[in-house]
Amino acid sequence: MARIDKSEEKVVFVGDSRVRKGNGFITPPDYSAYPGKSEAFIPNFLLKEWMVGVVVLVGFLVLTISEPAPLGYPANPSASVIPMPDWYFLFLYQYLKYPYASGDWVVLGTLGIPGVAFGGLLLAPFLDRGKERRFYRRPIASSLMFLSLASIVYLTNVAWTHYVDELEKSGQKPEHIQRVEEAREKRAQGLPTSNAIKTKEISIVDKDDPAMESYKKATCISCHAADLKGGAGPSLRGIGDKHDKEAILAIIHNGYNNMQPAYDNAIKAGLTDEDIDHLAEWLAKQKAEQ
Amino acid sequence: MFKNVYDWIDERLDITPIWRDVADHEVPEHVNPAHHFSAFVYCFGGLTFFITVIQILSGMFLTMYYVPDIINAYNSVEYLQTQVAFGQIVRGMHHWGASLVIVMMFLHTLRVFFTGSYKAPREMNWVVGMLIFFVMIGLGLTGYLLPWDSKAYFATKVTLEIANSVPIVGPIIKELLQGGSIVGAETLTRFFAIHVFFLPAVLLILLVGHFIMIRRQGISGPL
Repeated sequence: MARIDKSEEKVVFVGDSRVRKGNGFITPPDYSAYPGKSEAFIPNFLLKEWMVGVVVLVGFLVLTISEPAPLGYPANPSASVIPMPDWYFLFLYQYLKYPYASGDWVVLGTLGIPGVAFGGLLLAPFLDRGKERRFYRRPIASSLMFLSLASIVYLTNVAWTHYVDELEKSGQKPEHIQRVEEAREKRAQGLPTSNAIKTKEISIVDKDDPAMESYKKATCISCHAADLKGGAGPSLRGIGDKHDKEAILAIIHNGYNNMQPAYDNAIKAGLTDEDIDHLAEWLAKQKAEQ
Repeated sequence: MFKNVYDWIDERLDITPIWRDVADHEVPEHVNPAHHFSAFVYCFGGLTFFITVIQILSGMFLTMYYVPDIINAYNSVEYLQTQVAFGQIVRGMHHWGASLVIVMMFLHTLRVFFTGSYKAPREMNWVVGMLIFFVMIGLGLTGYLLPWDSKAYFATKVTLEIANSVPIVGPIIKELLQGGSIVGAETLTRFFAIHVFFLPAVLLILLVGHFIMIRRQGISGPL
């Protein structure tokens, strides 16, 4: 460190004041003090930098176009996802799993070692104060940095291998890959590919239709609820998008998945065939989009 | 024409000294890859800045569509990714740029470290550089949550649990970031505000300091 020892000199004040005169600004060496050919920043060097920038930008755009940014499914607290931070946090994430960085030692893990490491890095110029700049002549600083680099590479690799292992064991696919594949399949079938969360409530079409009364009488409400939103059975709002009148009649007669045939119960409840026919027609009219 | 405009402004504001300080300097041979190819290591700082500019620009375009609430965050990102013209590319630039800026900054830090350029009189610039490093990490951390997909949600939960394990201040930090007792709507708006307003403001101030110091002290000499 270029500290000038002034202890031999007598104290110098600024003008006739009592303000001590400092050592003054350390004037940086002029470019002509450096060996070799220097070059004007503007325009010569800037033009070269610009060209490097353009090449980097083209490479970068090729990457972004060939590898779209990942996007999974909407956040769902009950989803079974292996939590993974972004790749540059992996070394910290992995390190915090070790016995002396977690459990009873978690303070050492979260504050102690990272504090020393990042604090040391932050204050490096005040710790490594020698005048020597070449790294091979600064064995302590350089070996500490090499050690940190090696451990970062090692920890990142362990974290990643572990993640890949876990994926394989659980047979899971990362959600962003799953979403893209699913979207591709849906597109091939001509279905909408969006996973967007829909909050618009589907309303009941023709609420005042006499079929609404038949619906209540025919014990449908015990599973599908009075507001058609479903309970033990699925919601019937918008059911017309899925099934037409014939299909609904068939479901009433024969049941569907876990649903028992409901026709006999409906007749017992006092409905006529005509009522049931009308009910099916009304249900077929229940479409989300008007 | 350009000269006239320049002179007109210069007469009133005396901008020539500013212009000279910003742009009129010589690039010495030992940092010029045209002379020594190995000097490309001196490009990493400039490339970090270049990618940072890309991040700011692409981020500005992303906020035209992004909505920070727990239902529309995902929907708007999905819309951006699948419907908006060039949306996939702009989001891709922001996503990959976030990684690239970390890589470039890391390489720049290593260059400065191994060439011993942080030594006197450049100690302060190293400290500011490290602060920029931490701000960038913070930007990466807060930006990761914003698409509000499951990966983002669980990663943020883990991060906040780690913050929580810090003694005394941990639970306070966690609650401050989380905005309540669960990761939810408040967390998303807080991370959004931190990602889009707080940290970029700090980043810009630090960058200005970084650059003023470089110009004031000049580049470090050859080894």
